[in-house]
Parts: sequence; C-alpha cells; structure tokens
Amino acid sequence: MTDTPLLALSGLTKAYPGVVANDDVSLRIAPGEVHALLGENGAGKSTLVKMIYGLVKPDSGKMEMNGTTFAPQEPRDARAAGVGMVFQHFSLFDALSVAENIALGMENAPKLRRLSHQIREVSEAYGLPLSPDRIVGDLSAGERQRVEIIRCLLQDPKLLIMDEPTSVLTPQEVEILFKTLRKLSAEGTAILYISHKLEEIRSLCDSATILRLGRVVGHCTPAHTTAREMAEMMVGSTLKTPTRAGKTPGKVVLDINRLSAKSPSAFGMPLREITVQVRAGEVLGIGGVAGNGQDELLAALSGEAPCASGMIAFDGQDVGPLGPTARRKLGILTAPEERLGHAAAPDMTLVENAMLTGAAREKLERRGMLDWPAAKRFAEKIIEKFDVRTPGSANVARSLSGGNLQKFVIGREVLQRPRVLVVNQPTWGVDASAAAAIRQALLDLAENDAAVIVISQDLDELMEISDLFAALNEGRLSEPRPAQGLTVEEIGLMMGGAHGMEVAHV
Amino acid sequence: MVRLEKRPQPSRAFSWATPILAVIATMIFGGLLFAALGKDPVASIQTIFWEPLFGDFAFYYRPQLLIKGAPLVLIAIGLSLGFKAGIWNIGAEGQYIMGAIFGAAAGLAFYPTQSVFIFPLMVVAGAFGGWIWAMIPAVLKVRFGTNEILVSLMLVYVAEQFLASMSLGLLKNPEGFGFPGSRNLQQYASAHNGELIAGSGMHWGVAAALIAVIFAYVLLTRHRLGFAIRVTGQAPKAARFSGVNPTRLVLFCMGVSGLLAGLAGLFEVAGPAGQITIDFNVGYGFTAIIVAFLGRLHPIGILLAGGLLALTYIGGDIAQSQLGLPAAAIQVFQGMLLFFLLAFDLFTQFRLRFGQAEVI
Repeated sequence: MTDTPLLALSGLTKAYPGVVANDDVSLRIAPGEVHALLGENGAGKSTLVKMIYGLVKPDSGKMEMNGTTFAPQEPRDARAAGVGMVFQHFSLFDALSVAENIALGMENAPKLRRLSHQIREVSEAYGLPLSPDRIVGDLSAGERQRVEIIRCLLQDPKLLIMDEPTSVLTPQEVEILFKTLRKLSAEGTAILYISHKLEEIRSLCDSATILRLGRVVGHCTPAHTTAREMAEMMVGSTLKTPTRAGKTPGKVVLDINRLSAKSPSAFGMPLREITVQVRAGEVLGIGGVAGNGQDELLAALSGEAPCASGMIAFDGQDVGPLGPTARRKLGILTAPEERLGHAAAPDMTLVENAMLTGAAREKLERRGMLDWPAAKRFAEKIIEKFDVRTPGSANVARSLSGGNLQKFVIGREVLQRPRVLVVNQPTWGVDASAAAAIRQALLDLAENDAAVIVISQDLDELMEISDLFAALNEGRLSEPRPAQGLTVEEIGLMMGGAHGMEVAHV
Repeated sequence: MVRLEKRPQPSRAFSWATPILAVIATMIFGGLLFAALGKDPVASIQTIFWEPLFGDFAFYYRPQLLIKGAPLVLIAIGLSLGFKAGIWNIGAEGQYIMGAIFGAAAGLAFYPTQSVFIFPLMVVAGAFGGWIWAMIPAVLKVRFGTNEILVSLMLVYVAEQFLASMSLGLLKNPEGFGFPGSRNLQQYASAHNGELIAGSGMHWGVAAALIAVIFAYVLLTRHRLGFAIRVTGQAPKAARFSGVNPTRLVLFCMGVSGLLAGLAGLFEVAGPAGQITIDFNVGYGFTAIIVAFLGRLHPIGILLAGGLLALTYIGGDIAQSQLGLPAAAIQVFQGMLLFFLLAFDLFTQFRLRFGQAEVI
C-alpha cells in the first residue's frame, strides 16, 4: 500500500436513538485497492458508506481524502470529491430511457446526444454492453445495475462504493461485473465493496475490514482466509451447518401443471406454463434473478392470485381456484418475501399478526368470533420456539428487526404443521445464525414429510438445503434437477445465462 | 432545529390524550378568536360548553343533545368501519336523504291505516334506501374500479334533487295547500318515531345509535370481519395474504355505512323533522365524517365525539342568539376542533426532536 491512502477514516462514530451504528471505526483505502466491507445486517456497513457519501454526518471522528480533510455535507460534495456509489436498490425511472436516467443523476448533464455517445464509449471501454436508447423498464436487473455503474463512471470517480452489487445478478453477470471492477482497479480507482457473499470477496478483494455491531472486529486478506473463518469473524461465534438425515421422498403432494398467469402489473412478470411436482419430504429450491416471476409464483401458490382449475393439485385435489384461507385449511402455507406490509401488518401487534394466518389452522376462530387469548398463546409459542427477540407479543411488527420479524413470519407458518410450505427469500437480510436456524427449521419440516418450496436468490442457501433445483427465468421454470452435483455454470445457464450478452460468445 | 422522528411503537398514551388536548387547544384558540371579535372569551366558551348541559334552560337543551347527537353517531359508526379499511364513503348525506325518502314513502303508502307493523316496515325501507344508494358507488368500484369518494359524493347532489322532486311531486301533502313537503308523520301515529320517554329526547334513533356502537365495538374487537377491516386499512397486501376478499369487504363496508345512514334519515324524518321537505337534510352526513375522525374511528370515541359535536352545535346556537356571535365564528370553532385533532394526532406516531438535522 502507498503511504498516503486515498481515503482514511479515523474514529468515526455515529449513534441513532437506541443504537450505536458505528463506534470508533477506522479504515484506510489505497488508490486502486479493492476493499471489502464485511458484516452481518445491522453491523453498520450501510451507515459507514452513507457517511462517506455524505448522506449521514458522523457524530465524531474524521475523514481524509488524499491527506486533506473530507467532510461532505451532501452527496453532491462527495461526488465532486470523486466518490461514486452504486446502491443496492436502484433509483431509476422505469418509463425513461437509459440516457435520460443517467442525465437526471448528473450535476451538469451534457446534451442527450453527446451523453449517449459518452455512454457508448464508457460501456465499451469497460465491457458493460448497454444501449443508451433503451427504456429502463425493459431492462433486466443486471442491465439496470450497469446503468447505475455507468452513471458513476461518467463522473470519473476515484472511489467507487458498491453496496451488495451481486444480489441481483446471475453467476455469468457477476463474472462480467468483476472483470469491469478489476479493470477499474488496475486503472487506479479504489473500490469499496460491501457484500456478505464471502466466496466473491475472496476472488475479488485485496483486503477486507470486518464490522460487528458497529465496531471493527478484524482485518484480513480474503485470498488467504477461508470463507468460514470470515463468517465466524462476522458472527463472533462458531457456525452450525444445517444437518439432515437423507431420506427417500414420499408420494407427490403438490402437482403444478402448466401453471400460467397474467402479469399483475405493467412491470410484473407473467407466469408461463410452470410444471413441477414436489413430493412429501422433499425440498425444491427455486433460484433465479429477482423479478423473473418469484412474487407472482408465490401469489399463485398462496391463493392470493387464484389460477384456473387444474393447474395446481394438492394430494390429487384441484386447488387452483381456491383462495388463501381454503388452501391454508388444506395445509398449503406460504411466507412471502416482503415481511412488512405483506407477510405481516407493520402497525399491528405480534398477537394480531399471529392471528393473520393462524386463525384457521390453529383454531383461533370459532364461528367468526376471534379467540384472542389463544392467539396470544400462539404468538408466544412462536416467539419462544423461534427465539424471536422482542419485549413481548404486544409489540408491533415494525418494532422488530428484520431478522427477528423473519423468524416470526417463518415460525408462524412452520408451527402450523404445513403439508406444503412455500417461502420466498427465507433468509434475506437475516444474520447468519438466524439464517442457519431458519434453514434448519425448513429441513426439519421436510424431515416430517412436508413438501417445501424455497424460492431464493441466494444460491449457496439453495445448494445447502435443496433436493431438487430449478430456476425461474422470464416467468418460466426450468426442468428441476437434483441439486447435488450441479455446477455453477449449469446453474447460471438455468437462470438464463448472462442476459443479453450471449452475442459476444456465439 | 426541530424535527419529527417516527416512534418505534405508536404511543398509546397520546392516542387517548389527543382528543382531550384538541378540545383544550380549541377552547384556548377559540377564546382568542372570540376575544378578537370583541366578545368575552370566557363567557363565550362557557355558553357553548356549559349552558346546554347545566344552564337555566338545560331541561330544554339536554333532549336536543340526544336528538342532534343520535344521527351523527349512527352515521359516523357506519362510516368509521369503511374508513378503518380505507374505503371512503363521503356520501352519507345522500344515503341519509334516500333513507328518509324510502322510509317516509313506505309509511305514507299506508296512510291513514293504523297498524303496529307500519313503523317497523318503514325502518326496513329506510335502511334499504340508504343501503341501495351506497351500493351504487360500491358496485361501480368493485366492477369498474371507479373512485368511491367521487361517486358517493356526487350522488349526494343527485339525492338532493330527488328530495326536491319528492317534496314537490310524488310525496307532496295533498292537503298541504300547495306548500312543498309531505304529510307530517308526527301526526300519523303508526308512522311516528316519538319519544320513548316523554321529555327526554330519547327516540328509536337514539336507541339504534347505542346499539350500533355496541355492535361496532364487538365487530371490531372480537369478530373476524372487524379484524379483516383493520388489517385491510393498515396493510392491504397483508390482508389479501391472510385471505380477505377485498371485493366483499368493500360491499360490506359501503353497505353497512349506507344502511346506518339510511336508518338515521328514517328516524329523523319520522321523528324530529316530521316530514319530507326540500331542506330536510342539514349536513349530518358530512358532519358525521368529523365525528368519526374526532372519535378516532373507535366506537366509544365516536359516541363521545357525537355528543361533543352536538354540544357545540347547540351551544353555538345559544352563543349566536345570546352573545351575537356570528355563525361563521362558530363554524371556525368547529373546524378548529378537527384541525387540532389531526395536528395532535401526529404525535401518536411521531415525536419531536430538537437538535441538528440530518440530510435525508
């Protein structure tokens, strides 16, 4: 490393009411260095980069850029100093073109024609194929991310911050992104890379800083550290790998036959002739890049969007046209991805949220009259069995952290003894130990002869728990294959390969 | 810098304190307003809040309180169910009118026959009139996705035209010397919604309002349907996920609010008002919206709020006649009440923070 770092943080502290997000954090990044910022959700990664990007002001501590004091008041100052940031959630307008979107994010945007020319130049120089005239609403997630990256690159940044950039990409797209990042790094641009995908960090990053509960708990050189060692540094304890006793699956419980559904909205995804069978005791993992029909598939299975007769059979019985309550009574339970607002009502207590899906199967209701004491007992059972950290069942759902609410939501369904359980993103934003507990609960459920469908974007998770693997791409489901022995390339191809990039290879 | 910060939990204490704080703030600022108009603020406030209840003529005003409060509570209870679920029936005034017309017409059809069945029949007809008028925006909403706020509001004006037409035509009193308006139901014993206890102001509408309060309370706290209403209002997607059928919920909420507004209209026309006239409706359907919110969409709260608003109406009338306060000042006073309620309501979900502001 050079003597003057590009960016040096020392003693940064930022407290929010009730929580210290960053506590005395120090960090040095050299020009051209790819530096990983590791930590579980809530470890303070986001707060730290928001301070660098001028979105949040530190309570104390100082930042230096090239040896001079750096205290951005707002993102504009940070951008002027050469800091670019690609957010995890894109801020793009679906109805505008790529060039228009990029122009909107620039301080002094040139004329659209000139800008389009620049976009082409940059996209070719860095191997990020992107046409400036396309409408963003038609782009895949990977292409949208390229829009964000190119928007940053046009400003010629010295430091590029990337927040969980690969969560929406196929393995092939990840490879393309990494090539770009390596090229940038070779040209002297430093990259601050936030992720909790450890294998990626091992292959990409020169150094890593690990945060836990707002404090720096360690540094390492990723290439010389195993993923497990890094994970244990993040969590602060040894990790338990989910276990299962392999057993032969039973008879077909859920038979999905040419399930098709119209897209619920202009930018949704229609389902196209999905056919798959799930047996008792089997875990079907469904991978795929977000926005390829995951939410729509869950809605079709939960009964929120009932489908035509004959498309879904449960134990040989046609359940296609049935609504959520009728399906629940049969034993088909679901847990959607969006915790607040979909799986749970944010401003309702945990007791009320337990009632939300538990009424029918847990006998919390008799002839329309609700049995609140029974719902309270059920909520407390979930809290106890799934180790949900909350002062009590009378607290509202939104007062829980993401991971705790997820444990509650999954626990609520698991404890109702489902015959079929469908979960979407069961461990998204959940810390590693809670994630392990949730996966174990899903495996135990399969052990007890339930059919489990796990929809996830975390391939490692799917490989860990699935018997069968299939991928959603453009609303179609690939042929399910045994998960054991699948290679990353095969999975990538099932997920649709690199969207719109095959041209270069063919 | 002062800024608002979202509370991790809604404050229960503030939720209860809000209406009381709003009333106190209204008294203070209303007093200032009256002082600026050159009236004695203490006397004005006292006239509005004290006189109707404990003044020299309280024996006359207290029954008025029930007569004015009952339709407000009855309509507001119905509206609150929809409002809780995010279904905005703004046209209760129209449903109130239609309830009165249907009910009165059913009674007058049998004039001058005397029978104990006539009044119950009128109640059913009045409820039906309000229900069917509310079903128009409800069906249009679930069938074609129209906005129930606009449709229900516009139907108020249609109902008013209907009312005018009825009092000048079909329902006009044949012995009324050509004056617009129907026969007076107070003079038709079988159709008269008289006082249940003489001099108390207690009529069937008051009883119905109390029953509605109890019904709504049980529905919201103990019944699946009430739970569905609450979840739908707070998180529509979660409600859908839990198995609520949004179409049925819209039909139910609009139907119940229309039905109760129709009942209020029937009890009014058969009792205190007595007849269908062009100016039969005096805005209960709109004021009930304020009552519903002032009562925090809670049945007991609505009962209290209905009483409070009836009080300001009667007290306002007294203040007009005794102190010469302009009618507009009284309306501003009532508006203040809603304004302060909504303002203080913010603190249920947010709290004030003093200190350095953050970007974002």
